Amino acid sequence: MAQFEEVGPAKPITESIRVDKVSPRARVFHNLRALAVLVMAIVGLIPIFVMVVTAFKTRSDVVADPPKVFFNPTLEGFVYLFTERALLPQARLEEAQANAEDLGLFGRIALESGQEITAPSDYVNRLKNSLIVAGVSTVTSVVLGLFAAYAFSRFNIAGKDDLLFFILSTRMLPAVVVTIPIFLLYRQLGLHDTYLGMILLYTAFNLSFSVWLLKGFIDEIPREYEEAALVDGYTRLQAFFKIVLPQAVTGIAATTVFCLIFAWNEYAFALMLTSDQARTAPPSIATMLGRGGIEWSAIAAGSLGFLIPVVIITFALRNYLLRGVTFGAIRQ
Amino acid sequence: MSSTSPSHPANRRRHLSDRAILNLFIWPTLILLIAMNIFPLFYSLYLSFTNYSAIARQIPVWIGFDNFSKILNDEQLWQYFAITGRYVLLSVGLQTILGFGMAMLVREKFRGSGLLTTLILVPMMLSPVVVGLFWKLMYNPTFGYVNFLLGLTNSSTAPDFLASSWAREFVPGLALTAVVVVDVWMWSPFVMLLVLSGLKAIPDYLYEAAAIDRASSWFQFWRITLPQVAPLLLIAVLFRTIEAIKSFDLVMGMTGGGPGSQTELIAVNLYRQAFQGQFRTGPASALAYIILIIIIAISNLYIRFLNQSRGDD
Repeated sequence: MAQFEEVGPAKPITESIRVDKVSPRARVFHNLRALAVLVMAIVGLIPIFVMVVTAFKTRSDVVADPPKVFFNPTLEGFVYLFTERALLPQARLEEAQANAEDLGLFGRIALESGQEITAPSDYVNRLKNSLIVAGVSTVTSVVLGLFAAYAFSRFNIAGKDDLLFFILSTRMLPAVVVTIPIFLLYRQLGLHDTYLGMILLYTAFNLSFSVWLLKGFIDEIPREYEEAALVDGYTRLQAFFKIVLPQAVTGIAATTVFCLIFAWNEYAFALMLTSDQARTAPPSIATMLGRGGIEWSAIAAGSLGFLIPVVIITFALRNYLLRGVTFGAIRQ
Repeated sequence: MSSTSPSHPANRRRHLSDRAILNLFIWPTLILLIAMNIFPLFYSLYLSFTNYSAIARQIPVWIGFDNFSKILNDEQLWQYFAITGRYVLLSVGLQTILGFGMAMLVREKFRGSGLLTTLILVPMMLSPVVVGLFWKLMYNPTFGYVNFLLGLTNSSTAPDFLASSWAREFVPGLALTAVVVVDVWMWSPFVMLLVLSGLKAIPDYLYEAAAIDRASSWFQFWRITLPQVAPLLLIAVLFRTIEAIKSFDLVMGMTGGGPGSQTELIAVNLYRQAFQGQFRTGPASALAYIILIIIIAISNLYIRFLNQSRGDD
């Protein structure tokens, strides 16, 4: 009852309550906040900046103490990464220098340190393997995932939630747990160190992800579209291909890119289940450390091959990142 | 369409029943997952009760619970579990705090905030082994950028983080801390991303009501922001905890478990037992199962807690 006693004639408005007029204190606070985020982003990006810079340094610039911020950029790291080289004896060196014009860009860079290129390095092959394994496994896991996601989204399936949870749980297994039996199985079947073995494994690895993510996208397409099509005489398959698929294109694209980057980055399975023929790039970068001292510029150059696609993809997918990292469980 | 006769194969395919389509759509996926995940799980359960070694030309011999009792009595392995536990607590704890703070900072939009937020998210998309490698360069005691940026340029007093030494003296735990820093660098943005979506979903009227009641911003934080974000924060912590227990790539890229066994996380040791030296397949399978059980137990605890915090609302 007490609150009624305070009611009196309306007081005159003495303060501005215009929304667009921000108090100086709030503006300072706002700017400080923006500054803090800027600093955070810069600090966070230092390691990436260092990697990019290192990829273009010469061997001696990389190990300069203190680190060189200003330097003459070179492609030496890329030459070391992609080629096998041999030192030229003095006589042949002069001859080669005289004919330097005939050499390609990499050849001339190698010549500057008295070397000639003898062959492309193993890494070229490993990159090719990465492309094949990641590419094919992405296509298969998205296609299979799309069918399964549609079935899970549209049909009544006995024990649906349990099945979906089972599919998700396969992703939570530590790689090594799965790898020991797979290793034995593959050895028996002759799938160890083959494209087929790696593609099968990566497909299974990404499938749980693609089913979950795509189910989220398909759930958002109104059922009425298909029902109308079915009434119009479309069969279920036609409705799927002609109505649902075009609607799901964005989701399919986002899923594809996520699967691609997971397969491209994968290290543990590749380390344990390949040795040479089908070995992909990530474990090879790691072993490059061993041979003849550490070629930091070559490692940095190789890392760029992982960094650049990731940066492009992060920006392309910025609206879907949340869905991607939570298996479609959380949508914005 | 009407011109094709009913017996035409294309036409028959068009009349697949929903039941048939369901089976056609779902079984390829299930078969592949069963073959690549369920079968291996049972196979390694069997192996965990044997003394099998993948390189010995002997068939597996059943030895009952021997592997398990050996693991549970192995001081060394307990130490690796302790290192892993410290790693998980430290890195997930720091990621939670930092990620939450970052989310609070980028919550309100300002010019360029979208670009900066996306840039901050880049590290979590990178390949952990590659991240490990280039941080190894960053941590190099003579030409690395970490010491340089910290102003520790005198080589006799400077730390060598990955060798766990400071001014040439051995500091236990320093290498592990260095790995934790990298994991935090990589994954705080993940927590930020999830918390941010939680923050955006808080209805404005809650804050308006609090403002009318002249509630302090401290009160608003504890009574509105935190409880509202809690479910998403818990999901982020759950994901990160599972991933941290499994952590393998990053350490392999940075230290390979060294120096000594300072950063020998349990997954790294598991790899060593299963795929290096003696290929102790049987004991490694048992260890793998123990890790799996720990992960399942922790996930269940979280999920129970998550349901509780949701039930309170």
